[in-house]
Amino acid sequence: MAILESRLDVRSDAYRENRARMLDALAQLDALYGEAAQGGGEEAMARLRSRDKMPLRERISLVLDRDSPFLEISPLAAWRSNYAVGSGFIVGIGVIENTECLILGHDPSVRAGAFNQFNSKKLMRGLEIARENRLPYVQFVESAGADLRGEGGRSDPEASIRREITHFAESGRLFYEITELSKMRIPTISVVFGASTAGGAYQPGMSDYNIFIKGQSRVALGGPPLVKMATGEDADYEELAGADMHTRISGLGDYLAQDELDGIRMCREVVAHLNWRKHGPGPTMPADDPVYDPEELLGIVNENLRVPFDMREVVARVVDGSRFEEFKPLYGPTLITGWTSILGYPIGVLGNNGPLMSESSEKGAQFIQLCNQIDVPMMFLHNITGFIVGTDFEHQGITKHGSKMINAVANSTVPHISIIVGASYGAGNYGMSGRAYGTRFSYTWPTAKIAVMGPKQMAGVMTIVQRAAAERRGLEFDEEANERRAETAEFWAEERSKGLYATSRVADDGMIDPRDMRTVAAISLSACHSNKVEGTKEFGTWRM
Amino acid sequence: MAHVAAVQPIRRLLIANRGEIARRIQRTAHEMGIDTVAVYADSDVSAPFVREADIAIALNGNIPAASYLDASKVLEACRRSGADAVHPGYGFLSENADFARSVVEAGLRWIGPTGEAIAAVGDKLAAKALMRELAVPTLPAIQVDDETDLAAAASEIGFPLLVKAAAGGGGRGMRIVQAGEDIAEAVSSARREALSAFGDATVFLERWLTKPRHVEVQILGDNHGNLVHLFERECSIQRRHQKIIEEAPSPAVDAALRARIGKAALTVARKIGYSSAGTVEFLLDGDDFWFLEVNTRLQVEHPVTEAVTGIDIVREQIRIAEGEPLGYSQEDLSLNGHAIEARLYAEDPVNDFLPAGGTVLEWQPDKSSGARFDSGIESGSEISVNFDPMIAKVIAAAPSRREAASRLARTLERTRLQGVTNNRDFLVAALRASAFLRGDTTTDFIERVGPGRKRVLTAIDLEDALIAATIYGQGRRRAKATVLRNIPTGWRNSLMPPQTSRFRIDDAEMRVDYRSRRDGAFDVNIGETSHVVRVFRQELDGVDIEIDGQRFSAAISQHGNRCLLHGPAGDVDLMEVPRFPTGALATVAGGLVAPMPGNVTSVRVATGDSVSPGQLVLTLEAMKMEHRIIAEKSGRVSRILVQPGDQVDNGALLAVLEEDEQ
Repeated sequence: MAILESRLDVRSDAYRENRARMLDALAQLDALYGEAAQGGGEEAMARLRSRDKMPLRERISLVLDRDSPFLEISPLAAWRSNYAVGSGFIVGIGVIENTECLILGHDPSVRAGAFNQFNSKKLMRGLEIARENRLPYVQFVESAGADLRGEGGRSDPEASIRREITHFAESGRLFYEITELSKMRIPTISVVFGASTAGGAYQPGMSDYNIFIKGQSRVALGGPPLVKMATGEDADYEELAGADMHTRISGLGDYLAQDELDGIRMCREVVAHLNWRKHGPGPTMPADDPVYDPEELLGIVNENLRVPFDMREVVARVVDGSRFEEFKPLYGPTLITGWTSILGYPIGVLGNNGPLMSESSEKGAQFIQLCNQIDVPMMFLHNITGFIVGTDFEHQGITKHGSKMINAVANSTVPHISIIVGASYGAGNYGMSGRAYGTRFSYTWPTAKIAVMGPKQMAGVMTIVQRAAAERRGLEFDEEANERRAETAEFWAEERSKGLYATSRVADDGMIDPRDMRTVAAISLSACHSNKVEGTKEFGTWRM
Repeated sequence: MAHVAAVQPIRRLLIANRGEIARRIQRTAHEMGIDTVAVYADSDVSAPFVREADIAIALNGNIPAASYLDASKVLEACRRSGADAVHPGYGFLSENADFARSVVEAGLRWIGPTGEAIAAVGDKLAAKALMRELAVPTLPAIQVDDETDLAAAASEIGFPLLVKAAAGGGGRGMRIVQAGEDIAEAVSSARREALSAFGDATVFLERWLTKPRHVEVQILGDNHGNLVHLFERECSIQRRHQKIIEEAPSPAVDAALRARIGKAALTVARKIGYSSAGTVEFLLDGDDFWFLEVNTRLQVEHPVTEAVTGIDIVREQIRIAEGEPLGYSQEDLSLNGHAIEARLYAEDPVNDFLPAGGTVLEWQPDKSSGARFDSGIESGSEISVNFDPMIAKVIAAAPSRREAASRLARTLERTRLQGVTNNRDFLVAALRASAFLRGDTTTDFIERVGPGRKRVLTAIDLEDALIAATIYGQGRRRAKATVLRNIPTGWRNSLMPPQTSRFRIDDAEMRVDYRSRRDGAFDVNIGETSHVVRVFRQELDGVDIEIDGQRFSAAISQHGNRCLLHGPAGDVDLMEVPRFPTGALATVAGGLVAPMPGNVTSVRVATGDSVSPGQLVLTLEAMKMEHRIIAEKSGRVSRILVQPGDQVDNGALLAVLEEDEQ
């Protein structure tokens, strides 16, 4: 297999500037990770310790095999919201007794581990990862239940209600999914570190294995206040819901741990007995390091995403031995396609080197079929402003060909890993297996942008549309007002197109340091290989 | 022609001994083209000397009396193996005149003096009488038996005095008595020990010099009347009356004294018609010396003489037994430089040098300074409680005494010896003591100078060891991972707590926090100090790392929770503290807990009782069935928390056992 030849000039000013910008963005991320690690803040942490309880991150560190990796999913969820950075739950893929598990934990220091819209989304994503990749599901439960304070109630309840589109009747799907995992022969394990009442009681309730901690676990459909309201009974919390009671009397608890450490030890023992075997073939290729230094990934992408770069420069610093067998290099060159491997896992790579044209879309659809034919997962490297637009291109059938690629992506059954390196706009995002396309894992580079279209284009489009509307109604078009409006619209569109915004809304699985791309991809591929890795021959019909 | 006929090459030599001396004799025999036969007690079945012999015969016994001391078994081994000669080594049957005679009567060559010569000096009292006859000075001595008036005898000799076994050696059956009231007890215990060690309860009282030196002369005689001495050795540094550091020549002997004492030794040897190698021991005080005894065998400390004379004493013994003449005279011999031997023992200097058995988990002699190692063990060898707990003799030679001492001390420090408690630190401290370097080595050296008995690690050496052990453990765990093994160690994408290793050294617990860095190095924190650690090599046998710019390698092995390091600071033993206390219910060490709720129906032990594995401690009744709570290990009952009739909960602590120390 050919070794990619790099043309990156690491002495150029452009490289240096790109790298400096990227380091700034990474420093901002580090600060946010630091903030997330604080959970509910120093005071809440101190309170936890004073009750001989460990912070969630310590609990998770202890359950993991020593020195094994941990990939936290959406660690910056809820950034720029009314909730703590990280959202109050931690989700991640970690190794317990040499078994890759999906681990979820409620952080008791953040609003007593209560649910909110961000961490609920993160939790559901965790369950999805466990289901799709067949990872045993471990949850560290300690939750006050639904956050009754919600987002509203502070200033204007009316405004809050007007904004809301979710309803209680839609909630509770997580319990369905926990038991579905069990049905799919994916074991589910709960360690209950504290209160888990009302709906929360079903988290252990639906789990295969329940480890309760003496004097700490409290599991009941209703806590003493609700019992009092419902039946008038003055219930003793420990007698009603305690670990001792559940492991001796109700049988809801399977293991009685003496303390948190003991509970974590028991959790490891349970995983150890699962007799876990991965269903994928695992790595089959040499896993040598790339020839080029991954450190150089920092200097490839310009902050101004209109400055083009060759996606092969990224590939060369991520894949084994920088090897790349390129498919159809001369046809449809705005999409590069080819085969290589990451830490020994064979993979097909699709990367953007310009807008998707008819030829590149066709090429992409063919390549996706080929990967499915041979059961090889795919990695999509986004730098896409969209499918090409224009009369000539429509005549050539760009919509038809683009649909073909989207059809192939949507129906493909080998695992997809999607990494937004530069831009990812519009239907280009769909064609490159965006978040909504059953992509197993999706990650974003710190300087990446993702939106329906570029902010400037969007503001411009709106101006054109509104001017036309004014003309139709015979009104004078207020250019000045429009300029102010367009400026504001562009500013907010720009803010919302930033990768950090997507990651905070759990629209990806997290931002990644470009230098970690190889590691993140390998952990993701390894997770995918916990399940069968199987392609399909069945696609929707498409126009030839 | 009779002279030529007298030279009869030995073809197959049976070595009636074990351990280092068996190997040492094998080495020379093999060099001389002679096959060797080993005999072995049960516990030595895996010992190197057994494997390295051409033929090995089991003695089917374990205690000395049933193995290496059993003359009939050894003679039977000679017959079975077709040996034509026997080398007895030292100890065991080496000074048994009857055995020497039986060997000769069986038609085999005996590597040693004749049975007659052995007998002539074997009884120390008879030997003393002989010395007086030869005008060789001796210390006053009186043999005692049941009828002896001990008080009168003691006052005739004066205090302090020594009670000594007539048939003894190696310090066994010896007692120092300072005052009259202790004499009876000393005599009776010395008699008991002499009887069990040598089969002869005869003891005598002898004047005890408080600050003498122990100086001995190596002699060699052939069967043609040639007799030489190989100068003296000094073996004054002793603990429990056993030599631990020996050297040649003695720093207290000048040429004139050397000539006098050598002549005295030869006078004795000539008188008894000595052939083969032997040693005449003296006590030396200033320029005065007194005859002590003759050892009619190869001495443990013979290598120091070999180092300074260039003569292989075992080779000479064999040649002599083959009938060859020495081929050189006293004038041909000279002293070259200085040699010191240290004996590594499995013993506890902190606990009065009591023998300490166990498994030598790691043994790697340091070859960097070219010192000689005479050892019978290898990594994994068991130090049996039935035999002498010597691990090895280490001999360093150099042009000067000071250099020899430095070389030996460093060699001991650099040698890897882990798994058993041993006297290495003490030996090093003794060799580095200024009194030793001055040559101020009288027999009271240890009490007077008090070399440190256990090394205390410096804070920096301890940190280095903790870091090396941490990196090693990390690498080992990664190497053993079966999933995501090729992912960078401890990789995180968000901010998680650091990785942690905890170790116990002696009674202190130390915690090491570390994080892997993108460049492959580690940020390491121990308490308040931070370090950057680069790793050049991490394998299952050790690491090569750089801590804040200082590079070193350490050999490391893990045995359960024990982490044994060998690096620039020598051996460091750490005990890793597991992340999770083992066993959910056994939160009290040695605690016995109820396996289910029930009633205590009986308690079968009392506080303070010793229990053996499998012994019934108490019974519980639950679900109409009797449950037996038994001791898993041997130990002592330190607490009983229940009594019959008590209702106990699942997991309740019932009793606590203190495990016996190894």
